[in-house]
Amino acid sequence: MTGMNKCIGCFTCMFVCAGVNRHNHSLSKSAIRVRTSGGLQGKFVSIVCLACKDERACAEACPSGALEKRPGGGVIFKFEKCIGCRKCEAACIVGAVHFDEDENKPIICKHCGVCARFCPHDCLEMEERPDDL
Amino acid sequence: MIYEKYIRVLYIDLTTRKIRVEHREDLYSYLGGVGVASKLLEENIKPGLDVLDPEQPIIFAIGAASTIFPVITKTVAMFWSPLTGELGESYAGGRMAMTLFLAGYDAVVITGKSDKPIYIAISRNNVEFKDARALWGMDSDEVGRVIREREPGGGKRSIIRIGPAGENLVKYASVCVDTYRHFGRLGLGAVMGSKKLKAISIVGDRNVPIKNFKEYFKVYQEIYKRVTDTEIMSKYHDAGTPINIEPLNAAGALPTKNLRQNVFEHGDKISGEAFARQNLVRKMACTGCPVGCIHIGQFRREFDKGHEYEAVSVSYDYELLFALGSFIGVKSSDEVLELIEIVEHMGLDAMSTGVVLGWATEALAKNLITQEQTIVPLAFGNTKAYIEAIKHIAMKTNDFYAILAEGADKASDVYGGKDFAMTFAKNEMAGYHTGYGQVVGQTVGARHSHLCNGGYSIDQSMKEFDKEKLVNALFNEEKERCMLNSLIICLFARKVYDRKTILAVLNSIGYDITDEELTALGERIYRTKLRIKQMMGFDPKSVKLPKRLFETPSMSGKLDEQVTYELIDMYYKKVEELMAKAD
Repeated sequence: MTGMNKCIGCFTCMFVCAGVNRHNHSLSKSAIRVRTSGGLQGKFVSIVCLACKDERACAEACPSGALEKRPGGGVIFKFEKCIGCRKCEAACIVGAVHFDEDENKPIICKHCGVCARFCPHDCLEMEERPDDL
Repeated sequence: MIYEKYIRVLYIDLTTRKIRVEHREDLYSYLGGVGVASKLLEENIKPGLDVLDPEQPIIFAIGAASTIFPVITKTVAMFWSPLTGELGESYAGGRMAMTLFLAGYDAVVITGKSDKPIYIAISRNNVEFKDARALWGMDSDEVGRVIREREPGGGKRSIIRIGPAGENLVKYASVCVDTYRHFGRLGLGAVMGSKKLKAISIVGDRNVPIKNFKEYFKVYQEIYKRVTDTEIMSKYHDAGTPINIEPLNAAGALPTKNLRQNVFEHGDKISGEAFARQNLVRKMACTGCPVGCIHIGQFRREFDKGHEYEAVSVSYDYELLFALGSFIGVKSSDEVLELIEIVEHMGLDAMSTGVVLGWATEALAKNLITQEQTIVPLAFGNTKAYIEAIKHIAMKTNDFYAILAEGADKASDVYGGKDFAMTFAKNEMAGYHTGYGQVVGQTVGARHSHLCNGGYSIDQSMKEFDKEKLVNALFNEEKERCMLNSLIICLFARKVYDRKTILAVLNSIGYDITDEELTALGERIYRTKLRIKQMMGFDPKSVKLPKRLFETPSMSGKLDEQVTYELIDMYYKKVEELMAKAD
């Protein structure tokens, strides 16, 4: 999220995230969210997993072990272990764990970088991080 | 409906507050957009009743590939235009297409009239009629803010609304879509006002699995690359459409001071460059468009003594700079933005408003009307007077402004000055005096818009004037745009979406369609529109063009009146041939 001032609010990042990761056309399936406060001067903000290192609040909150530490930051989602309790959603302090009401499962960012690759104005950037595990 | 062989239509009756949903398999072959909307308008229009009768319909439709491919962003509105008395068709971007798509409706048909002001809230599993009595009278900015706070779904929501001009049935009242975009032309705002419908809020969050991801994403990526990596679209993002002010002014094609001139001596002060230098503060995009052509300009206003300032932001585009700039002699970017702001708040079409004011300014100078009637001293370049006049139009302050609220054609019927009332079949002119292509194109275009067939663009690209070639080019472009608008591709991207690309798009989402069928579809849609025009009583022979068009030289030199009418006749011969064909 290097330059959200450059964001034009096209939502391409959300469409490609939902498309590539969930094979879905709906913006609601995206792991990244772009929001505006509305009106002519409201700024855009992007809400996406920050890839927490060392301690991951979402994984700590998960009672069924469905979120495993991902090398470098963030978590890996184990679909079959998830019971849909939404504790991870509540635990994420930046609000980056979204919830899929149709599947009854959280939407967890895979850090695949497709959002950054399709950002037409370089607002989003993908960063390499060393393994923290 | 994407991946289904039917069109899903939501019918809303404001009188009974009842809704119904129909799956129309018979409309499937029209793809969507203007194809579907034309058919729905043809079915629901009531030719025997008044244009603003409660039973008259408003149709909204999205296209066959709306939102899911780059720059396919528009929603079409079709209605009976109170301004021209015939075909009403207008396009808007913003988030509306995305929200309708993800709410699960291809088209919405609104009929009837509420007894009290209301707004409608549409979502995938509900349609609610909500009290808007306290919102009646609010400007379009304010009502947007109130509904944003009341309705859920921020980010996946679109809010369309009218201002006071729509409530007061000004015949060129617009509808504001998501603050930055509009159904500007032909008076949809008045149709909503006549139904006591202040606003519509739509939330889209449906689950839509992609059927053939591999094929879909392959096509998506190819188009995305061409849109973002090539030069085709860059001018729209860079300085935006206002970049055209300079070349058109240099070429002698910029209608100035009610088209008494074709060059504006202060053109450099309202050019795209000037705005970019002094006013541009941000750029924005419609949902699904990586280009971002929406330009927001800011100016500072002192609202009280003692250094009390406010910063005001409005979106600006070429046509607005023409209509509220050169056409009424306004010579600074700040002043143009100030005029745009008031036009926005009142909920008027900027183009018609500017052209109507151009007529009124000249009519006052020629003593056809008095300053007692105009209340303010209308004069080219007098921004303060124009600001007041725009409010008077929206409020219909006196008898004169009530007539002005009917358009320049009607005003010149009443007060004279027909020769300089710059309209084409009652629709005010667009910002191009490029030649026969523009004049003939806006006259014969199905909705009398410069965007029906892009005549102004043909003028600029045609090397040598040839009557047959010009008429054919206009005719073919009109049909082609009927097809493009069934998807509904933003016309700025028409060079990206060639036939091959359109076929790839449609095939990747399950349409089994050929190039020939696309051509036939364009014709079929055009014929539907022509039939609607007949129902509405349009007589092409009745159109008289203002003499001013032939007095002030165009970019291509002085235009000959006889030649113009000859070209119009040639065009309508082709229309007759088309109408004789079977569907």
